[in-house]
Amino acid sequence: MSGPDSTVTVALLFPDLLGTYGDSGNAVVLAQRLRWRGLASEVVTVHSGEPVPAGCQIYVVGGGEDLPQVLAARQLGPPAGGVLQQAVDGGAAVLAVCAGLQILGASFVYGPDGTEADGLGLVDCVTRRGIGPRAVGEIVVDPVGELGLPLLTGYENHAGATTVGSGASAAGRVRHGVGNGDGSGTDGVWAGRVFGTYLHGPVLARNPALADLLLGWVVGALDPLDDREQLALREERLAAAAGGEGRRPRRIGRAGGAERGAWRRGAKSSAPIA
Amino acid sequence: MSRQTVFSPVRASLPPRTRLAAGVGGAVSGLSRRLGRGGGSVIGGRAILVVDPDALRRLAAGRAVALVSGTNGKTTTTSLLAAALATTGPVATNVLGANLPPGLAAALAVGPAGVPAALEVDEAWLGRVVDATAPKAVALLNLSRDQLDRNNEVRQLAATWRRTFGGRAGTTVVANADDPLVVWGAGSAPDVRWVGAGQPWTMDASGCPRCGGRIRFTAGGDWACGSCDLRRPDLDVRLQDGAVVGSDGRRTELRLSLPGRANLANATMALTVATLLGIDSERAVAAMADVAEVVGRYATVRVGGCAARLLLAKNPAGWLEVFDVLRPPPLPVVVAINAHIADGKDPSWLWDVPFERLAGRLVVATGERSRDLAVRLHYAGVEHRHQPDPVAAIAAAGAESVDVVANYTSFQALRARLA
Repeated sequence: MSGPDSTVTVALLFPDLLGTYGDSGNAVVLAQRLRWRGLASEVVTVHSGEPVPAGCQIYVVGGGEDLPQVLAARQLGPPAGGVLQQAVDGGAAVLAVCAGLQILGASFVYGPDGTEADGLGLVDCVTRRGIGPRAVGEIVVDPVGELGLPLLTGYENHAGATTVGSGASAAGRVRHGVGNGDGSGTDGVWAGRVFGTYLHGPVLARNPALADLLLGWVVGALDPLDDREQLALREERLAAAAGGEGRRPRRIGRAGGAERGAWRRGAKSSAPIA
Repeated sequence: MSRQTVFSPVRASLPPRTRLAAGVGGAVSGLSRRLGRGGGSVIGGRAILVVDPDALRRLAAGRAVALVSGTNGKTTTTSLLAAALATTGPVATNVLGANLPPGLAAALAVGPAGVPAALEVDEAWLGRVVDATAPKAVALLNLSRDQLDRNNEVRQLAATWRRTFGGRAGTTVVANADDPLVVWGAGSAPDVRWVGAGQPWTMDASGCPRCGGRIRFTAGGDWACGSCDLRRPDLDVRLQDGAVVGSDGRRTELRLSLPGRANLANATMALTVATLLGIDSERAVAAMADVAEVVGRYATVRVGGCAARLLLAKNPAGWLEVFDVLRPPPLPVVVAINAHIADGKDPSWLWDVPFERLAGRLVVATGERSRDLAVRLHYAGVEHRHQPDPVAAIAAAGAESVDVVANYTSFQALRARLA
C-alpha cells in the first residue's frame, strides 16, 4: 500500500463494527497532520467482510459493542489474520482503542456472562471480566516516561479489565478515571509500535503529541504544527477531569433494573423550557 | 411560545389514590410554573408518581394509547400523530418532550378522561411504559448511537424491545423495516405493520443483532444478514415519492410543511398509527400539513439583525438528515454542542458526522463543548469561528440569515435565551 510515491496509508479497520465512539476520527487526524506538513497521505477504510490490506504504515482500530467486537476479532484472527502481525513485524504502527485494544491481546470477554474469546495475541495482555461498574467518564493518563508525551486526555466507556503481561508495558498511569481497571492503576498497553488505550475522544484529536508520536514512528522527524485549537481543547478537558466532570459512577436507565426514581438521572427529564 | 401543563379537575372515575396523586401533581405543577421553573409537567408528574406509583397504569386505562419510540424523530412523529388524532377531538400528549414516566403521567393527567393519547417514550424506558399503558399501537422509528454513556449498547435496547413485544396481544407494532435493529426489536410482536420509512444511517447495524454476522445493505434499501435468516421483512406500508403506499397499492400524498426526508418518514409512521386508531387518512394528512414547527424546531427567530432558523441534530444519524435540510452555501451555519446527561456526556460522536460537507461556508462553533467541535471542524478543513455563547455566535456569523443546528440541551438553552 505504500507506493513509491511515498504516500503514507492509514488503514481504518472495520469502522462499521468498531466505530461506535468516534474513533474513526483518529485516522482523519493522522492523515490530516501529514497533509498539513505537505506529506501525501491516504485513509484506506476497511469494512467488515473486506480483507485487511498488507503494507499500510499505520493501522487504526476503535471501540464498539460486544457482538461486533467478536466479529471483528474473528476477521482479524487466523486464518486470514496474519496480515496485521506481518505488518507490525515489518515496522507498521498500530493504534487500538478500547474494544480494539482488547482484541489485540491474548483473549477478551464479551456478553452478559463474560464469555471468553480469543484475541490476536499481537501484544501481551489479557482482558477479563471487570468487577466494578462500567467505567464511564473523563480520564487522564500520565504516559510512561519513555514515550516522552504530555498527559493524555480522553473519555472512557468500557467494561472488562485488562492486565498487561511482562512482554509489554502499560501506556501510562491513570490520574483520573479507571483505565485498565485491573487494580494496577494503569491504562493501555505499549509494545514497540503497537499502542493500545481505553481513551476515546477520539484520543488523537485531544492529544496531538500522541498522533505525532505514531506518525514519527513511520515517517521520522516531523515539523511542528499550529495546534492552538487542540491545545485549548486539551486544557479545557484536563481541567474538567480534575474537577470531576463527566464521570458517571453507575449505570442507569436499564430496562429490567426498575430503579425507583432513576428518571431523575435519566434523559430529558428536565422540565422543558417553553 | 409558551405551552403549559394544565391539570384538569380530578376525574371521578379514577381510584382515590390516583385522584389524590393527580391533584397533588397539578398543585405542584402550578407552583412550579408560578415560581418560573418551566412548564411544570415533569415535577408535577414526579409528584403524581410519588403519591401513586401505579398512576401511569391507572391513568392510561380505558383509553387508546399510541406510543412513539426510537432514537430520532420521536417528538416530531408524536406531534404529527397528535395532530392527526386531534381531527376527532381532544388528545393527551407529551409533545414538549418529557418522555420518561413523570412526563407521561403528567400528560395523561391533563384533559378529559378517556381521550386518546399520543406519547413519545424514551427508548430505554419503552418496556416499562408498554407494560404500564397497554398501548393499542407502538411506532418504532429507528435505533442508532446516542448518549452512549447511558445507552452504551444500542443492541441491548433492541433486545429489550424484543422481550417487551414477545407474545404481547392487543398491541400493533408499527416498525421501520429499513433498520435491522428495529426489525430485531419488533420481530417478536404477534402483530406488526412493517413500514419502509428509510434509514440512511447504517453504521450501527453492520453486525447482525441476532447472530453477530455481517449485514449487507444494497442500494435499493434492501438488507439481509449473511449468516442467519434475518432480513428486511416484506413491507405493509412504504414511503414512495412523497406518498404513503399501502400493500393494497392505495396512495396517500403527504403535504408537509416540515422539511426533509426524515420528516416524510416520520409522517409515514404517524399516518400508519393514526389509521390504526381509526383516523381517516385524508383528514390526518391535512392536519399533519398544518404542523409547521415542533417545539421550536424548524422555527425562524430574529436575533439582532439575523433571521436564524433552528434545527435539532443530536447524533450522527440525525446529522445525516439535517444535511438534507440545510440551505446551500454560502449561508453560514451555527452549530451548538453541549454534553449534559440528556445529550450524552461524551461528544466524540462529532467525529462520526461528515462535517467535511460544510466546506465552502462559514461555520460558527458554539455551546459548552464548542472546543470539541472547533477541533473537529479544524481537521475537516472547514472555515470556522469559535464563540461559546450561542446568541453571540449567531451575530458572529455576520449574515442576514443563518441555519442553527443544535443538540438537545443547547437547543433548549438557546430557545430559553431567545424567548
